[in-house]
Amino acid sequence: MMADLAIRESQAQAKPAAGDALTQRLAVLPHPASGITAAARQDALARLEKMGLPGRRDEYWRFTNPGVFNDPVPAPIPVQTDANDSPLFEDIDRLRLVFVDGRFDAAASDALTGEGFQIDLLSAAEATASHWAGEVYGVLEANGQTPVSRPFAALNTFAATEGVLIRVSGQVARPVHIIHRRRSDAADVNLHHVLLLEEGSEFTLLETGMIGARSNIVIEADLRAGARLHHITAKLASHPKVGIGHIFARVAAKAQFKSFELSVNGRMMRHESVVDIAGDDAVAHVAAAVLGNTADGPFHHDNTVFITHAGERCESRQVYKKVLSDGAVGVFQGKILVKPGAQKTDGYQISQSLLLDGDSQFLAKPELEIYADDVKCSHGSTTGAIDETALFYLRSRGVPRERATVLLVLSFLAAALDEVENADLRERIAERLEEWLMHRAQNDRTQNPPA
Amino acid sequence: MLEIKNLHAELEDGSKQILNGVNLSVPAGQVHAIMGPNGSGKSTLSYVLSGRDGYEVTEGSAKLEGQDLLDMEPEERAAAGLFLAFQYPVEIPGVGNLTFLRTALNAQRKARGEDELSSGEFLKIVREKAKTLNIDSDMLKRSVSVGFSGGEKKRNEILQMAMLEPRMCILDETDSGLDVDAMRLVAQGVNALRSPDRSFLVITHYQRLLDHIKPDVVHIMANGQIIKTGGPELALEVENSGYGDLLSEVG
Repeated sequence: MMADLAIRESQAQAKPAAGDALTQRLAVLPHPASGITAAARQDALARLEKMGLPGRRDEYWRFTNPGVFNDPVPAPIPVQTDANDSPLFEDIDRLRLVFVDGRFDAAASDALTGEGFQIDLLSAAEATASHWAGEVYGVLEANGQTPVSRPFAALNTFAATEGVLIRVSGQVARPVHIIHRRRSDAADVNLHHVLLLEEGSEFTLLETGMIGARSNIVIEADLRAGARLHHITAKLASHPKVGIGHIFARVAAKAQFKSFELSVNGRMMRHESVVDIAGDDAVAHVAAAVLGNTADGPFHHDNTVFITHAGERCESRQVYKKVLSDGAVGVFQGKILVKPGAQKTDGYQISQSLLLDGDSQFLAKPELEIYADDVKCSHGSTTGAIDETALFYLRSRGVPRERATVLLVLSFLAAALDEVENADLRERIAERLEEWLMHRAQNDRTQNPPA
Repeated sequence: MLEIKNLHAELEDGSKQILNGVNLSVPAGQVHAIMGPNGSGKSTLSYVLSGRDGYEVTEGSAKLEGQDLLDMEPEERAAAGLFLAFQYPVEIPGVGNLTFLRTALNAQRKARGEDELSSGEFLKIVREKAKTLNIDSDMLKRSVSVGFSGGEKKRNEILQMAMLEPRMCILDETDSGLDVDAMRLVAQGVNALRSPDRSFLVITHYQRLLDHIKPDVVHIMANGQIIKTGGPELALEVENSGYGDLLSEVG
């Protein structure tokens, strides 16, 4: 009896408490101390210490193990020496900002100037006496911590070493394109971007590339009345990569927020969208097309969405499509919260998975919470396989099985891609996706030649 | 062109025998019609010939210009010159009609060792052929069959046929769901494709389609077999007295 108790005690000592995990995590994080964001960072640290790191028992992490984000350092991933930038968007007119392992590469980037907007690096702004972002940095992130806490976003606000601060005053047609490059095996990247779109302005932000062995990205987007933001992120990850991202948006009256994510592969990825529709007649659309197989290792992709309607006559859309094979796991947690007084809300949420084999899993948790009586809100979630009739139809026209399957995967993803408003950008994404799918299909064939 | 001998087929799970020894020969340049009551195996015959999953051929053979169809994948049968116009063309949202047509055409050309068509060449041909079928550029741009009316879907099938230029065309109840005008348009499209080196197998319940697409030979199918073969007058006989008399006559 005594011995039994002793063993239990020693086990309890061996397993560090949650507080210790945070201490270990913080010990190896950079602590950018002074500068315009100093107060926001201290505030974030205090909030983080209060909430602690998430555990498996947290309801919000029920489907996704936070372990790899809790670890003090990421597992290294060998850098492929022949890794090139994604050809996506490469021949459109845009302002290129290149980040290597989370550090800005001025030589590889375009000059930080443009018509209708002001752009600065977080690191440069920190050193100035005053900067507009000092008032904004961390604010939307902090607001987004209720009713659900998001510790990794607070951690990011505290520790982010770099980011882009963009203040938009005009209608900007030329997108800003953030291009990530990996050059070291074990980079643990924390980036924090702030976008402020002044009244009636319009802006497009593109993100592509490989970010570190582990990444933690926060985007705060404050859309003032009538502003329009188009955000497109396309991540083609190496298989062992782990990453977490948050986008916090506040959408004022008549403003329009659209965010689209294309995500391919990665061992453990979680993308949270937290949208606060604050004004009347505003629009917020979030969408993702996610593809994963586990041919080179496990794949787990989690989209977690929280949309709050506080204004009247606002529209929100959540369109999430996941293509899973070889035991891949897709997760979707999506919530629409309609606050009292948010009458005539039009909220819609759809999450769908296409399972290319019987081993894969899709876990969906749709939620509606409505405190207004004159609203239209609906959600749907489906899981299905390739439509055999459609496959036969395509093959009967001479399209080989492999290519027919690719066309049907693209067909499945089309509704998510349609959320990219700009037709030119949308077609580029679709073309790139098709190339990648064909490439993968051919690889599969070489690796598993038909008997 | 098409030689079917003693073809037996059942559902893959073995639950039901559907074709019970079909014998059929369609020479080059001819139009043959197959009529028959519901459940006689007409559509199954078209699926078995084009290679749809779910059926098991247990006996017999089917050859297209001497090539064994039953050994081939559906896409190989298409490249060999077989085409099935579906009774219910499938909607494929998010895949443009033009993209689909070009993908199909070039895949077949590639399979036959021919050069793929450039975008320009392809567009020129498709616009020309679409025009004769009253298919406007909007329909070409839209997703495959999505939002098409019944008539538009069938016209789109005939456009695919015109583009792919198969040797052997099977039309599976192409008249179903069509009004008189739409049927005439579809029939005109098919008639325009008639040529000495192309054959047609027209599966239909009703004689009225055969007023517009004049068959050389009419077959009556029942219980998974061809029970009677004759000239166009056989279709009229069915129209006037139904299948009952014929079935009892054959016994």
